Amino acid sequence: MRQWRIIAKEAMARASIIGKFLCLLHVTDAYILSSNHVLGPSMLPTLNITGDVVLVEHLSHRLGKLGSGDLVLVRSPLDPKKTLTKRIVAMEGDKVTFSLDPTRSHSSRSLVVPKGHVWIQGDNAYVSCDSRHFGPLPYGLIEGKAFMRVWPPSSFGLLGE
Amino acid sequence: MGTPSILWSITKKCFTVGVITLTVSDLFASIVPVRGASMSPTFNPKTNSLFDSLSDDRVLVEKLCLRNYKFSHGDVIVFSSPNNHKEKHVKRIVGLPGDWVGTIYDVVHIPEGHCWVEGDNSASSLDSRSFGPVPLGLVKGRVTHVLWPPHRVGTVDRKTSQNRVSSSSSASKF
Repeated sequence: MRQWRIIAKEAMARASIIGKFLCLLHVTDAYILSSNHVLGPSMLPTLNITGDVVLVEHLSHRLGKLGSGDLVLVRSPLDPKKTLTKRIVAMEGDKVTFSLDPTRSHSSRSLVVPKGHVWIQGDNAYVSCDSRHFGPLPYGLIEGKAFMRVWPPSSFGLLGE
Repeated sequence: MGTPSILWSITKKCFTVGVITLTVSDLFASIVPVRGASMSPTFNPKTNSLFDSLSDDRVLVEKLCLRNYKFSHGDVIVFSSPNNHKEKHVKRIVGLPGDWVGTIYDVVHIPEGHCWVEGDNSASSLDSRSFGPVPLGLVKGRVTHVLWPPHRVGTVDRKTSQNRVSSSSSASKF
């Protein structure tokens, strides 16, 4: 009888350590730093079509330290279960000029990005579905800033302009 | 020799409790106060009772709905404001993606991935009638229960307004 009690106590202690570790993992993943697998053609040539693993930090967007030129992970406004990786082209209050179809350079439009929103575009303007299609993105949908690529090893390094 | 180690163990305990609380409130449920009268009489009804005028309602917000973003008409949700990501609003879902919602001036089609929210107190509510459909990605949780004041503790029911919303799910019955 006493043996079961000792075993149960030790199992509880181990489970609580694992539980605390998982909580710490969640907090780090959501509020500090996480690694994400990004794929698709919309950010060529910056990111590969077959998939890269990037490090994403979750501090800048909470502190309001994002600016145009940053690579951000955002929740898609068309499907809340999908995450997109695009570049911020304009912040709120900026005027943005864009053309829906890059092959026809004379069809361009301009607008001012409203308060609380940002304008995101993929580096590969031909195949990217971004703010040119669904409009300015509410700032609250931004999840983090991708600053470094760790896989594939041949393109290991910081992600810049 | 005794004091630094006591301080260190207290710090460790506070840190652990903080991390666990943050995880539970992010992934399971949290308790938030509701300010303003835009959801009257569901939250903060302005009656003359002592409890109602003393403090704001406290409600239970569940986060399990954020796994697959499946909401129903009449759910009360908490979401970040599209115009200011630091503010959070509590409103009721009136329209889901694909619905047509009637406002005073016209009929709005809710695009994919968005929802139409309105406060129960239409007279003093800043909602989708001002800032348009809200992307579902901004939703931070669903309100299930009122926890304070004690005499109004209970579940928050779904209330639908069939006469103003034409949804694709109801049209398919005909």
